[in-house]
Amino acid sequence: MTTLLHIRGIARGINSPLVGRVTRNINKETELSYFLLTPNVDTKTTGHYIGILTSQQYEPTAQSGLPVVYRLATLSHLEEGDIVVVSPEGNVNTLYRIGSRHNTLLLTERCNSNCLMCSQPPKDRDDIPYFVWLYKKLIPMLPKDCRELGLTGGEPMLLGDSFFELLELLKSELPETELHILTNGRLFAKSELAKRYGDLNYRRSMLGIPLYSDYYQIHDHTVQAKGAFTQTVSGLYNLAKYDSRIEIRIVLHQLTIPRLVKLAQYIYKNLPFVEHIAFMGLENMGYARSNFELLWMDPVDYQRELTESVMYLITQGMNVSIYNIQLCLMPEELWPFMRKSISDWKNIYLDECQNCSKLSDCGGLFASSAKGAHSKFIKAFNS
Amino acid sequence: MESLSQKQKEFRAFKSLSNFSTANNANYYLLPFRFAALNTEREVLVNEVGDYLMVPQGTAQRIVERRIKQEEELYADLTANFFISQTPVPPLIDVLATRYRTKKSFLDDFTALHIFVLTLRCEHTCHYCQVSRVTQDKSAFDMSYDHLDKGIELMMQSPNPNVTLEFQGGEPLLAFEKIVYAVRKAESLARQLGKQLNIVICSNLAPLTEDILAFCREHGILLSTSIDGPSNLHNANRKRLGNNSYEMAVKGIERARQVLGEEKVSALMTTASRSLDYPVEIVDEYVKLGFKNIFLRPISPYGFARRNVRKNSYETETFLKFYKRALEHILAYNRQGYHLVEDYASIILRKILTPFPVGYVDLQSPSGLINSVVLFNYNGKIYASDEARMLAEMQDDTFCLGDLNKNSYEDIFYGPKAYEIAQNWSNESLAGCSDCAFQSYCGADPVYHHATQGDMAGYRPDSGFCQKNMEIIRYLLELMDNDQEVLAIFSRWVSNC
Ligand code: SF4
Ligand code: SF4
Repeated sequence: MTTLLHIRGIARGINSPLVGRVTRNINKETELSYFLLTPNVDTKTTGHYIGILTSQQYEPTAQSGLPVVYRLATLSHLEEGDIVVVSPEGNVNTLYRIGSRHNTLLLTERCNSNCLMCSQPPKDRDDIPYFVWLYKKLIPMLPKDCRELGLTGGEPMLLGDSFFELLELLKSELPETELHILTNGRLFAKSELAKRYGDLNYRRSMLGIPLYSDYYQIHDHTVQAKGAFTQTVSGLYNLAKYDSRIEIRIVLHQLTIPRLVKLAQYIYKNLPFVEHIAFMGLENMGYARSNFELLWMDPVDYQRELTESVMYLITQGMNVSIYNIQLCLMPEELWPFMRKSISDWKNIYLDECQNCSKLSDCGGLFASSAKGAHSKFIKAFNS
Repeated sequence: MESLSQKQKEFRAFKSLSNFSTANNANYYLLPFRFAALNTEREVLVNEVGDYLMVPQGTAQRIVERRIKQEEELYADLTANFFISQTPVPPLIDVLATRYRTKKSFLDDFTALHIFVLTLRCEHTCHYCQVSRVTQDKSAFDMSYDHLDKGIELMMQSPNPNVTLEFQGGEPLLAFEKIVYAVRKAESLARQLGKQLNIVICSNLAPLTEDILAFCREHGILLSTSIDGPSNLHNANRKRLGNNSYEMAVKGIERARQVLGEEKVSALMTTASRSLDYPVEIVDEYVKLGFKNIFLRPISPYGFARRNVRKNSYETETFLKFYKRALEHILAYNRQGYHLVEDYASIILRKILTPFPVGYVDLQSPSGLINSVVLFNYNGKIYASDEARMLAEMQDDTFCLGDLNKNSYEDIFYGPKAYEIAQNWSNESLAGCSDCAFQSYCGADPVYHHATQGDMAGYRPDSGFCQKNMEIIRYLLELMDNDQEVLAIFSRWVSNC
């Protein structure tokens, strides 16, 4: 099932973005930090909410002193306790979903790379001050029992000092939460930055860093940045010096498959200190969609390379996972490493899957693959 | 503003692969690497940290003549593996440096293994042993308590946080009261100094008793024994009154496994001349006894210390035949799913297949003498290794580092003798080894070369040590090159170590 994360209505009385939890519960005790969700606003709707979000079609007359967004197409995707940001333009964006294990904070859309398969293409505008402001408000509101939280971009390290401010805030507010930061690692080539990160001694934080080839030219081509391979590998070494927890991420496509086994060997020989290696199926979004011809490969056609790479690393005692690929496309010996990795809000299954006896073990597909951008070999298992 | 957004557009426009090459022309730079023929078709290239590429014959020449084209897959292989570089100094040279440091980090902690020859007395008269004495005279051939004290105190001065106390003989169990004394003393000192202490007894297990086993269990002691092969072979090699060495050893192994646990009992094999005809039977025997490891050790030349080049070379050749046949048989067991590791191969393979340090006394550079091992003889004399004291039994004291009665830690470990040995203990700087493709998989052995060639540096073309290692390393590489399944088996061996 895919989930909506963004809706838009008409805003009244909102001058700057507002952040808060949502509730349907009139007279919530600590109502001060809540938006009230209601199908229609009437005189009974009293209390000191941050504001009201309603699907009501016309501008409410009651509660005229409170910020309101009305004419919202739906509210049903919001759960009690979800956290949203509401903009003066009437956008209601979900920042945190209480019922999900895939919550992610997007720190910036800027990036110093331009990967051919980026699912969220970078934007060259300075969004950093806004996001820093937003997350400084959000982080203290996050539930303390949040199990996992992702930080992503763009390139989060472009936040500079602010990145470390947010990290310290997370460390003190959510000491029990596993943090997973997606970065291209290039800026860690500066050893001061790696040291600064290491000095935080944030044991629940893990850096997910992509490495697409053992050969610099192919990696640099894939991320569209000269010198990126050298920077990333130097960065990995700098991070290892401070004992940082690192995951290597490899997206599988036409450019990475030919040297995949060699990349696995390179990782074991040169980067044996990494904690986890993730092999990831391609998500047909953003740039990957425009570069489909250049990149797309049916997973069935790279079974051999993937199996050899995974088995090699496993034999060496490394931890390996396979993400975003469907069970029916892989040999059984790889199943133990295949995870249900696709974030719930963009996860689908095909009609074929409805008859499949492995449906509950299978991670399914990206919603973006729905219209034919998936393997030709998806085939239900008979029970 | 206009030009800025123009710039951004350019930045975001996709470029093709060729835009990302850093080579400024067809030329490239060579990094240090070595090469050797594997057979008539193939050769191996080995880089400075021991990573290898197996390629067709003539590749090294093509590399050196700058005939590798950027479009070739090999060009990428060579760059990624630090054989060539697009710039005079490769951009990731620090990675290479770190890896080199890691490979040599077995040196970081200095001497770990401390061998105590408790007694020369033995109730066996193995024909390949030059040291044991069948006698009741304890005073003449046992280590004194005073020497034990001094040896243990020296051991505790080692900078290594992990030290191993190993008892040898003769048959050390004949002096069990000394073991008890030494273990108690070493344990209490180790506790005070915060050192990790491992204890090993090398024994034929014939004198094993329940009391001894109980003591071993209480102190976590490892028993290392000898099994030369099936009963008739073993008993012929390892002579003893009653001709029952094999039976005693097997009984001892079983009982020790029950009391101490499987992993606390290991067996070593010595290849005597008569063993050379039984490679298959010897391997089968180890499987029959339930071992997961077998160490195919060559005949040691020290018993004879002969400087007869032809004979040495003949014996090495015979040993290599034996070794290969046994290894094939071991691989056959592995193919059938029985996990049996040959230890000598596995030491070499760890150097070939992993990025980690491998310190093995007989196959490292700088050599294991002093750096990893030191031996205290029953009479208080100190030697650079077990082989060094065997030489001493033949009136050759070249590798005597000092005397427990007279010398301090500094005299022994940093004294003139240590300096003299150190001149010849790094194969990086030995003639013949310095440009050998197998240098990083091999080692230096000044004792062997002194014993067989009369000179610590030695002369490689006639060296049995070189002949043996060069062929075993070549053979292991060739096996992996020919057969993916062997590579997979070897990978399992090294990851289990
Ligand atoms: S048919 Fe669908 S549910 Fe079954 S394994 Fe394939 S993708 Fe997964
Ligand atoms: S002893 Fe022989 S095989 Fe070993 S490094 Fe020296 S030359 Fe090479």
